[in-house]
Amino acid sequence: MHQFLIHQKGDHVGVATSNIEANTVVVGVYMDDNSTIELVVKGNVPLGHKIAIEQLGPNAKVMKYGIQVGFTPQGFEIGDYVHIHNMKTARW
Amino acid sequence: MNQSLFGYRRENGKVGVRNHVILLPVDDISNTACEAVAKLIPGTLALPHAYGRLQYGEDLELHFRTMIGTGSNPNVAAAIVIGIEENWTKIISDGIAATGKPVAAFSIEGFGDLETIRRASWKAKEFLQWASEIQRVPIELKDLTVSIKCGESDTTTGLGSCPTVSQAVDRLLEAGATVFFGETSELTGGEYLIADRMITPQLREQFLDVYNSYVGIIKSQGVDLLGSQPTQGNIAGGLSTIEEKALGNIAKTGTKPVIGVLKPAEAPTNGSGLYFMDTSSAAAECITLMAAAGAVAHFFPTGQGNIIGNPIEPVIKLTANPKTATTMSEHIDVDVKGLLSREITLIQAGEMLMDNLNRTVNGRLTCAEALGHREFVMTKLYPSA
Repeated sequence: MHQFLIHQKGDHVGVATSNIEANTVVVGVYMDDNSTIELVVKGNVPLGHKIAIEQLGPNAKVMKYGIQVGFTPQGFEIGDYVHIHNMKTARW
Repeated sequence: MNQSLFGYRRENGKVGVRNHVILLPVDDISNTACEAVAKLIPGTLALPHAYGRLQYGEDLELHFRTMIGTGSNPNVAAAIVIGIEENWTKIISDGIAATGKPVAAFSIEGFGDLETIRRASWKAKEFLQWASEIQRVPIELKDLTVSIKCGESDTTTGLGSCPTVSQAVDRLLEAGATVFFGETSELTGGEYLIADRMITPQLREQFLDVYNSYVGIIKSQGVDLLGSQPTQGNIAGGLSTIEEKALGNIAKTGTKPVIGVLKPAEAPTNGSGLYFMDTSSAAAECITLMAAAGAVAHFFPTGQGNIIGNPIEPVIKLTANPKTATTMSEHIDVDVKGLLSREITLIQAGEMLMDNLNRTVNGRLTCAEALGHREFVMTKLYPSA
């Protein structure tokens, strides 16, 4: 059973479909081709919040839906909890 | 699915799915009389609001357009307009009367509340009994105008409830119906995707002008929009940026071209299809404007659980958030949380929503109607004189 979903291949983040506790191994499903990915989540991620599935350096574009949805001031690692502390808008 | 649809065909050929007799105050100080008549004649519907005095210019035009449009909505069988002064009252009642439906106008000056309430109540009783004999007749999907707007969005709206609406929007448009979407500021970060769907280069320019103007007004206030867009509720739901929110929002608009750009509360004159309307992203303001442009039913995807309703058009709420579907179930008409657990497909979710629309059209009360949610909120463009 999956614990998170990813909109499409190439996205940098997935979305938790239930509350996930730190240091657990979880399975994510790509919604475009039903393929799966497994990783260790490094922080507590509430339902609906994001998990990094790619490593990104500082000032990198964050992709979701195959489109940029923000940038990384400092970057993040695979399995990191992603939210307003490590992802910012590029618009205002 | 494929149930027969039954609605109310009005004098001008437009089709409604409700049969309201409304008491429409022209201005804030006429709310009391309208509410008094609605108490005396149960079954009529008063629409109190905060404005209508000393407005001018484009703001006054929008006020008149919203008032006239609300009364003209095909979900309204008959309208009684009450205002303090005769002139503006007549402008609004004449505008509604152009649809051919029964309208009566009363101005309070020279009579006072009590005499106005007495006269308006006689008329309200007459209209209500007349409307009660109007029968639903067979209609088709193409007769419907449906509005869409989401609220208290989170990541589950982009994953589930908005794509579900998208399925239904495409179905409606393929059947020849009309659909409105809006929320100008909440397109930020994805506005180019909407611009690319405009059917002509001129329309694309028009859309971008509207968008840039709205965002310019917001930015001119010199405020930090983090905390407003995305909202605190959005952030609690896991949305981190306005772009991320916008893409979820846009995920409900289907895949068809956009054939028109409408001013707030402006009824389309370009035939059936998908229209963008320049609106606030605040739910009550947005839906009030869309109903004033003729929408007869509304799809409202929510993540964290917005509880909005509207007095004129039934608001059908859906959520894919399993927590909201459980803790706020009395507000949710269509539960698509199975999309997150992958127990249902998007196509199945779209069919569930279309089935609920059919039942709502045929008279089933939505959760918001049953719970008495009737948020009617006029949009104000700038301070009154």
